[in-house]
Amino acid sequence: MKYYDSNDKTFNFIINLILIIIGLTIVLPLLYVLANSLSSIDEVFYGNVWLIPKSWTLDSYRYILENDNILIGYRNTILYTIIGTSISLIMTLTSAYALSRRDLKHRKFISFFFILTMFISGGMIPTYLVVDALGMIDTPWGFIIPGSLSVWNVLVVKTYYETTIPWELQESAMIDGCSDFKLFLNIVIPLSAPIIAVMTLFYAVGYWNSYFNSLIYLNDSNLFPLQRVISDLLVSEDITGFGSGSYSEQGMMLKSLQFTSIIISSLPMLLLYPMLQKYFTKGIMMGSLKG
Amino acid sequence: MIKRRKNSWQLYVLLLPAVIYLLLFAYLPLGGIVIAFQDYNPIQGIFESPLVGVAKFKMFFDSFYAWNIIKNTLLISFFALLVNTPIPIIFALILNEVRSPKFKKFIQTVSYAPFFISVVVMVGLINTFLNFDSGVVNQIFELIGLDKTDWLGNENYFRSIYIFSGIWQSMGWWSIIYLGTLVNVDPALHEAAVIDGATRLQRIRYINLPALIPVATVLFILAMGQMMNVGFEKIYLMQNPSNLEVSEVISTYTYRVSFLTSRDFSFGTAVGLLNSVINLLLLISANFISNKVNNQGLW
Repeated sequence: MKYYDSNDKTFNFIINLILIIIGLTIVLPLLYVLANSLSSIDEVFYGNVWLIPKSWTLDSYRYILENDNILIGYRNTILYTIIGTSISLIMTLTSAYALSRRDLKHRKFISFFFILTMFISGGMIPTYLVVDALGMIDTPWGFIIPGSLSVWNVLVVKTYYETTIPWELQESAMIDGCSDFKLFLNIVIPLSAPIIAVMTLFYAVGYWNSYFNSLIYLNDSNLFPLQRVISDLLVSEDITGFGSGSYSEQGMMLKSLQFTSIIISSLPMLLLYPMLQKYFTKGIMMGSLKG
Repeated sequence: MIKRRKNSWQLYVLLLPAVIYLLLFAYLPLGGIVIAFQDYNPIQGIFESPLVGVAKFKMFFDSFYAWNIIKNTLLISFFALLVNTPIPIIFALILNEVRSPKFKKFIQTVSYAPFFISVVVMVGLINTFLNFDSGVVNQIFELIGLDKTDWLGNENYFRSIYIFSGIWQSMGWWSIIYLGTLVNVDPALHEAAVIDGATRLQRIRYINLPALIPVATVLFILAMGQMMNVGFEKIYLMQNPSNLEVSEVISTYTYRVSFLTSRDFSFGTAVGLLNSVINLLLLISANFISNKVNNQGLW
């Protein structure tokens, strides 16, 4: 098959050029932030840093990591992410499996019970009143539990089970007297590594980056996740508690601290996702497959 | 086919955690909507607070801002939808033409990165890059001889900043679904087209693009159903006194009246309910239109 005609070279050149420009608009801002975070506070303040750090130093990282609120936020975020992701995964994997079973009684009705929640909701205040009534306000659960189940993800995992785990395999296991629990734990879960990996990533990123729940349900600053802590720096531009210098020195620090807080809060997720990238297509295509 | 098994209760046990969650956090709040028709106070609670009918809705529509807030919500969503629908499609079509698998994978990895950045950090990037005095964008403007612009202080720029930063963040991510669809296009179609003398542009236009329309339609209808749920977090974090005139949307207003200014939960619920009802109507009409025009819909 002859795919190459005379226009092909020009065409490929234009395609690659467009993509390189798009790539640069994404990479350059991130490099700019990284370079600034590694430069001295003076150079950052006077806007001398572009894509290569000037007067290399980890000063701003020291100021950020010496701050108690940042450390507490970091610890909280790590805990919330681990606990929350576990809870979300358990709810998602179990319910998706039950829904994927064609012999589940009232399957239509139960599916409807799940799907309906994607389109109607009580809204911010009624949900707040429920969270309040459950005593979750100003507890870690107020941050973790509301929003911990994504019905969209349940549908994605359900479709995965339906399309990749042969029904005949499950049937023969049942004939051999395998209970549903054993079937789920010993046959279905071991065959679901790709989808579990991608769900873990989706939920973990969700918890790591979440801000809304901490805004609505948490008032106690000892419970704040990292995102809530750095929003003071990034949005309110409040730098009290950083460094020990005079007010004017602190004013000079603001930009450095902002860039550094961006790096320390984003880096873990930016390092994590390329490892699981090969599963993405599966993870977001599955839901729409049946749509 | 197995007809009857004695331990099928185990399937219901597997369902239980999710069902309890949905009952508590999705269905119970629906009951809480009654407070939109009450004058709710925490002491009397949801069962004893006096009923006031539609007074809270009337209060909203009588207020000076009501129509402005509704207009802001719709305008932001409308423009976002207008830009967010075609751009990931175009990006996927271009990416699909790349011949080198390594280059393709590299661009994909790069383009997904912004999606993993939090809203707080995104707004932080906007604030530092577009700062009037110290932002890098104005720095570049001065270098190439343009005037410094007050990006954050001028309300006219708010919507553009919101939408374009959104594209920067999610273009790569939403192209995944389209790229996945393009991979499944039957190669025989392309081979036949090449024999008939079709150029690459023609093959993109007449083979690849039509292949994406069904997925795009589904995503578009779903997005219509979320029209009124413009990203609360991002808008709330981007708000400042000089852009409030165009940046106040229903969800931020609900938050403000319920938690910051008056703690009027009934009013907040009423406004939130209005939001949900408009969403549902938009979803239903988008689906209706799509069924008529495309013979395709969610149901």
